[in-house]
This record gives sequence, structure tokens and C-alpha cells, in this order.
Amino acid sequence: MPSKPQKIALDFEKPIIDLEDKIKEMKEFAQSTGVELTDDIKRLEKKSKQLRKEIFSNLNRWQRYQLAKHPLRPYMLDYVEGMCSYFEELHGDRYFADDKAIVSGFAQIDDISLVIVGQQKGRDTKQKLFRNFGMSNPEGYRKALRVMEMAAKFNKPIVTLIDTPGAYPGLGAEERGQAQAIAYNMFKMSHLPVPIINVVIGEGASGGALGIGVGDRILMMENSWYSVISPEGCAAILWRDAVHAPKAAEAMKVTAIDAKELGVVDEIIPEPQGGAHLAKEVAISNVKKAILRNIKELMKIPADELIDQRVEKYSKMGFWKE
Amino acid sequence: MDWFKRKKEALKPAEKKDIPDGLWVKCESCGEVIYKKELEKRMYVCPKCDYHFRIGSADYISILFDDDSFEEFNQGMQAVDPLHFKDSKKYSEKYKATVKKTKMNEAVVTGTGTIESHPVVMALMDFKFLGGSMGSVVGEKISRAIDKAIETNTPMIILSSSGGARMHEGILSLMQMAKTSAKLARLANKKIPYISILTNPTTGGTTASYAMLGDVQIAEPGALIGFAGPRVIKQTIGQDLPPGFQRSEFVQEHGFLDLIVHRHELKQRIGKLLEFFAHKN
Repeated sequence: MPSKPQKIALDFEKPIIDLEDKIKEMKEFAQSTGVELTDDIKRLEKKSKQLRKEIFSNLNRWQRYQLAKHPLRPYMLDYVEGMCSYFEELHGDRYFADDKAIVSGFAQIDDISLVIVGQQKGRDTKQKLFRNFGMSNPEGYRKALRVMEMAAKFNKPIVTLIDTPGAYPGLGAEERGQAQAIAYNMFKMSHLPVPIINVVIGEGASGGALGIGVGDRILMMENSWYSVISPEGCAAILWRDAVHAPKAAEAMKVTAIDAKELGVVDEIIPEPQGGAHLAKEVAISNVKKAILRNIKELMKIPADELIDQRVEKYSKMGFWKE
Repeated sequence: MDWFKRKKEALKPAEKKDIPDGLWVKCESCGEVIYKKELEKRMYVCPKCDYHFRIGSADYISILFDDDSFEEFNQGMQAVDPLHFKDSKKYSEKYKATVKKTKMNEAVVTGTGTIESHPVVMALMDFKFLGGSMGSVVGEKISRAIDKAIETNTPMIILSSSGGARMHEGILSLMQMAKTSAKLARLANKKIPYISILTNPTTGGTTASYAMLGDVQIAEPGALIGFAGPRVIKQTIGQDLPPGFQRSEFVQEHGFLDLIVHRHELKQRIGKLLEFFAHKN
């Protein structure tokens, strides 16, 4: 982890960054020369604050998508570290391998003991490769299911932290049944007799996300995305060129607000202004609060009822006419 | 002298497989020219090389069901474009044009009927309706068919022929995977058999949900079955794919299909499976 936060400016953040740099320059100039610039600096600071508010309260879908993929955004293990007083990672699917793109284990958040499963991305190149960019293979889904079934066995609630650009589209993944692994997880997760909360913390790409994404409550962070395919993938197919991804993001309505309006997502977890990476502790604390509140509600519901409600919840999704 | 020879086979564009009109049809696999009436009689299987032509839900109904036993339900359901989706064309317009062209309302037909005298509830997908893509209506119709199988304690069959989830309905299409899988788990808890038939092609979200959840998994020979499309995989790994990759025989070899059944035997073999399930010791 870098000690100082790096600055990575997205296109739409440029005006803010430019202004902030100017303020910094003026401050330095004032200090070194003794010229009185306090009023001007104050004025610009006010303007910068306004600009921030303006830009970040009017983010379009493509901009939010970029925040969801932001290289400094907190990843699964950042949340685990920030939320849990105890975490023991459990490795391997007991059949084939230990998939590093999915992390699963026993955890304690405040007074709740639970199981956490999620996709983990890497921060630097070495870590990115180690985690396969958060793209799991079938053994990752099978590990997740093994640990979740153990949660059911020992009556622990389950939290899944979703952050994946997709299930890995590789040769071995096909040979070992990527589709079957994802399908079987959904099949099983729909009937596990313990509360399940799914939180999309970054990217919710298609079946890769859904493979650990069936539960009683679906929460999304304000700047995460969740859809049937990535905007780039959709653009490559429908517009025949991935450069049209911004259009595809708009057309597919990939944001948390959209998913809530469409009746898929139960709750949007607010992020600090400008994105989770700008104040990680705030983002993590918001996620923790939302998880605890939902778990406590769900723990009051008898298991049979919980399962029925879960299946019914998905039954209602979608729109049609007859 | 191999100036004109292609060393590597170029990636083929998405195959166009509607049965062409006219009296004669050329086999897409071996090139044999077949009299159309003859092909129809042979259930659209090439008499020379056994290539299984892609056929629609109506053809499968006539192949599988006992005469006039199939009764469709939820026939009128249609999509409503909840996202107001638009690429070069509006989804709503594309949909209308597809309905007009195919004379179908959606990419799946659901109903009840008998196969070798055994009652079943069945959902049959149809590739010619927007590539057999799964949106809200497909998910809902399949879901309701599973409900019906539970209600009437009748075996469930789904025949897949689909490129995957429908992009035009975004996250709602995705959730149909969860919806149908949850319903199939409910069916399984009632110990009602579910047979999944995979035809060419079955990929994406369809494979990654109900198509892979059968008690018995049956594929037609040579069908493309997979999660990611071959083009995407090729791009990812940067090398050519092995011959036969993602075809039924390959998928069976890797442990994900129980049976590969020739179209001529499909009805009889399914009938036997249903008889086995129904038999009480």
C-alpha cells in the first residue's frame, strides 16, 4: 500500500485538479513572497468546492463506471481489513485448486460471526496477475460454494463482496465447466438456510458476479456498476467497436441508481464525494453499517421463510406484458 | 505451391443457419446437396454426414411430442423495453420487426404435452428470435413453466438454443439466470425430474443457468456449448483453439453432459428416461 494517496485523474476530474493545482501554486507563491493573496485563495477554494459538488452530483453512467474501476478504489480485502476484528482465509475447492481471484473465509464483524466471500483484484502488476484481475475460474466458484455451504452448516450468515470484470474466459475455464460452476452456485445459494447479503463494491460483471451474487439483500455502492455484460463488451457486439462503450453504458443503464429503479437492488450505499477511494474509511464504514443492519434484520426470519422470500424476490424481477 | 492455400483457417463470422427456402439445400458441413423434402423427412439431419441443421421450436415440438398433444401456455407474453434501449436501432422496433418476421412472440415456447405417452412440461427456446436470447419474458415463461411442473408434479424439460442473456434488457436479463436457477432448485427439492437438452448453440447466460442444471444433460451431436464465445477465448489466450473445442463431444469428455443423442433417437430416448423416472419399485 502506498503511504501517500497517489493522484490519478479521470477525464472529468481534470477541471477540479487544475483548479486545485492553481490554488496550491498561489499558496506557495504567497508564502515565499509574502504577497497578500488570502482573499483570492479563499475565493478559488470556494469555487473548487462548488465545482466538485457540481461535477460529482451530475455524474453520468460512463463516469460512474470509471469510478467503479478506479485503480485506487478499495478492494475486497480492504473492506475485510477495515470491517472485521477476525478473518481467517480458507483456501481451495477440494477438487482442483485454490483460485486466487476469489477469497473466502471466516470473519467477525462487531458481535456477528459470519462467512465472507468475494472477488479480489490486485493493486500492482504482480498482484493483478496473482489475482487474475479478479476474474475467477470454475474452482473459484466451487471454493466459494464449499465455504458458503459450511456457513449454512454452522449457521453463519454470508456476505459476498462482488468486484469482478467477469468470469475468466479461458480455455481451462471452459474445460472445467465455468458455466456449470456459476449455474450450480446460483442453484445452491437460492436455498442456503442462512441470511445472504450481496454487496457490489466495484464491478458487477454478468455471470461472473452472479456466481456469488444470489441472496436475500442486494446492495450496491453508489459508484459501482452491475449488468449483463461490460459496456465495452456490449459496444463490441452491438456497435461493432468497443470505443462506443460510453454509449453502451448509457443504453444498458449500468449504475446503482438504475438497478434500484429497475427493482433489482435493495439499497444504495453512499460513497464519499468523488468516490470510495478518496476516503476509504468512510466507504468501509458505510458498507459495514449497511451489512450489520441488514444481517440483523434477516437473522430474525426463520430459515424456511427466508428461503421462500429469497426465491420470490427473484421471481418478481423483470418486466413484460401479456 | 501453396500460394493460394490458407495456412490457418480464418475465424468464421457468426454462422447463418436458417433453413433456406427452395427445393434443394446444401449441407453446411459436407456440402452435400439434399432435396429439401428429404431433409425434412430426416428431421433436418444430413443423410451423408449426420450434420444436425439448426431447427426451431415448432420443429422440435413435432419431433418430440405425441401427435397434437402439445398445448402452449403464456403464448402472448412480450417484452416491454424497460430500459428504452437503443443502439443503431431502438430495441422496441427491433423486437416488433422480429415478431413480424418470425411470427413468434418471444424466444421461448412453453407448454404441456406427452412424449411417448408421458406427460411433461416443456420450454423450447428458438434461436431465430433474436438469437434465442434470454430477457425478462424468456426467464418469466421458463419460471412459470417450472411452477407448473411443481404444481402438477410433472417432469420438466428445457430445450436450449441460445446465444445467452439479452443485452437490451441489461441487469434484468442477468437476473433471469438467478430466477430460473432458484426455481429449478425448488423443483429439485420436490424430487421432480428435470431434463436439459442442449442444441446448437447454447452459450453465455443460458448455459450458465438452467441449461447446466439438468438431472440429465443431453446434447445433440456437434452442438456448440460453452460459457464464453470462441472468439473471446481466442482473444484472451492469444492462440488457436483445439479442434472440436466447445462441441458436444468435447463437453461430454470433460464431464458436463450425460448423453449425446442423435436427433432421430431423441424422442425415444427421452421417453425411456421418463419411463425410468416414473417407475415405482
